Amino acid sequence: MDNQLNIWEVFTQSKPGQPYRHAGSVHASDRQMALQNARDSYTRRGETSGLWVVRAEDIAATTIEDNPSFFDPNDDKIYRLPSFYTMPEGAKNI
Amino acid sequence: MESPLLQYLFRLGDDSLILGHRLSEWCSRAPMLEEDLALANMALDHIGRAKMLLEYAASFEAMGHSADDLAFGRDERHYYNLLITEVPNGDFAVTMVRMFIFSAFDVLRLEELSTSHDEMLAGIAQKGVKESRYHRRHAADWIWRLGKGTDESRRRVQRALHTIWPFTDEMFDMDDTERVLIEEGIGCDLHTLREIWKKDVSEVISNAGLTLPEDGYMHRGGRNGVHTEALGHIISEMNYGYELMLS
Amino acid sequence: MAVLTEAQTEFFEAKIARDEKIEPRDPMPDGYRAHLIRQISQHAHSEVIGMQPEGNWVTRASSLRAKLILLAKIQDECGHGLYLYSAAETLGISRDEMLAQLHAGKAKYSSIFNYPTLTWADIGAIGWLVDGAAIVNQVSLQRTSYGPYSRAMVRICKEESFHQRQGYEIMAQMMAGTRKQRAMAQDAMNRWWAPALMMFGPPDNDSPRSHDAFNWKIKRESNDTLRQRFIDKTVQQAEVIGLTIPDPDLKFNEATKHYEIGPLNWKEFYDVIKGNGPCNRQRMEHHMQVHEDGAWVREAAQKAALNGQKPA
Repeated sequence: MDNQLNIWEVFTQSKPGQPYRHAGSVHASDRQMALQNARDSYTRRGETSGLWVVRAEDIAATTIEDNPSFFDPNDDKIYRLPSFYTMPEGAKNI
Repeated sequence: MESPLLQYLFRLGDDSLILGHRLSEWCSRAPMLEEDLALANMALDHIGRAKMLLEYAASFEAMGHSADDLAFGRDERHYYNLLITEVPNGDFAVTMVRMFIFSAFDVLRLEELSTSHDEMLAGIAQKGVKESRYHRRHAADWIWRLGKGTDESRRRVQRALHTIWPFTDEMFDMDDTERVLIEEGIGCDLHTLREIWKKDVSEVISNAGLTLPEDGYMHRGGRNGVHTEALGHIISEMNYGYELMLS
Repeated sequence: MAVLTEAQTEFFEAKIARDEKIEPRDPMPDGYRAHLIRQISQHAHSEVIGMQPEGNWVTRASSLRAKLILLAKIQDECGHGLYLYSAAETLGISRDEMLAQLHAGKAKYSSIFNYPTLTWADIGAIGWLVDGAAIVNQVSLQRTSYGPYSRAMVRICKEESFHQRQGYEIMAQMMAGTRKQRAMAQDAMNRWWAPALMMFGPPDNDSPRSHDAFNWKIKRESNDTLRQRFIDKTVQQAEVIGLTIPDPDLKFNEATKHYEIGPLNWKEFYDVIKGNGPCNRQRMEHHMQVHEDGAWVREAAQKAALNGQKPA
């Protein structure tokens, strides 16, 4: 079987200070090739200040079966939100 | 007779024009989609640089020609690129060895030209040096991979070194045109770059487990418009569309 | 592939009903997955095979500017093929497998690329008409229900916005040029118009498999709707630069405000799909040759990676 090398997921940062966002994937055999391939595939129009690449197989992800027990328990903990609290009338900068 | 600066711009411009042409020939032919993108990017860098250099040349060339006239309207004996740029692409190994060896040289040349007293030329060099550093790195990585890869890739990349090596001496040739420009602080003194280039190239080649060819017969003549047979084929193809739009 | 449980089916159908995107790890019916793999890989193959007819002119472009633009455009197509293969890979098929299907003749690509680019004007006609038709289709596909495909389409549409202009500019330039150039542009128009219209696929009443594709919201608008949208905007563009639409039956319907066209040669369309077009064999042989020529490079890269990292 022929091979098209490994899959790497690509994350790009559009401006300094911005979060890295998933852009897509490329194939490559090593980290340098993955970075360069990501550069040629996903930054052709500039608009990039940083690149991450990571082997696709190294990413762990939740499934919809995980979702109820992972995420629902936090839905009712509204005391984590600032809007939960009642502040005295007239208090500033809080 | 052209002024030294005009002649110099032709030399630099033709290096990029012809190398860009060779790189563009890879379009739809690379070993992987990702590398097709990479080769096209390098081609675009060089064709773009040729365009800037020839536009600058056209701006003070006495005959009122455009950059396109200069790029596509000359005959074989009036192209002044280094012969290394016109060597046929061969396999991927030949293309990458040429790209590495030329780019390692080009980076040094452009670094020097970045401080040229000719502001226009300095500006073009400042932009170009970033591109060529990337080209050098991309090609050097491939030489390492091919050298450390399979028996076949090692054989091919070593053979490619022998194909390209006889075209390396010419890169450091200088004549009166260049000496005049060096004195004026415009041109680049290539003699001082040779040792640095040799060290860089030797390191990359030996890290890849490959052998640097010995110096034998060296091809030269591009700077005087005396080329290999390959150039005539390039320009008869390259100039076709331009001539069509004149008719 | 496991059969979906009732809860999984419900989850999938509810997402589709709410117009939410289906993501790679979501449960999905086998038919949905198979339809997407077929459609996305065909789309990817089309981008990549489409590099060949245009690549035929890169080294002969008419100016430095035209050469830069054309190469950047073909490079985009390569990138778009890559985005689409990546999207298809999230469905559990590898790029190797997709290429093997293409080489075995099991996967198709757009029939339009089985026509030759004979003159420089063909580069204008491809950009204007072929990319123009593709863009109409791709804009519609931005709303497709599979997340990775939809996101690839958004990126592709953004990047392709210059492609059609590149082609139209070449046509306009030639139509403003010499008699020879004008004749060349019209000749290209004559050869590419009907194949471009057929890119949208067979008429709605003759389109297999479209029922599921609509229910699953993979396809959002019908072949005929998209084709009509393309015709309406292109006829006006042709008029502006003095090109004649090669269709004696073309007329504007005042009541519907749409252009109506004469019959298309669908027999030719199906013949070319079956492999009997002027360039089918050439395109496939080129692709397979490049694939074989590159095998030693890919193998070397993989082997070298096992030997550790290159020193910085």
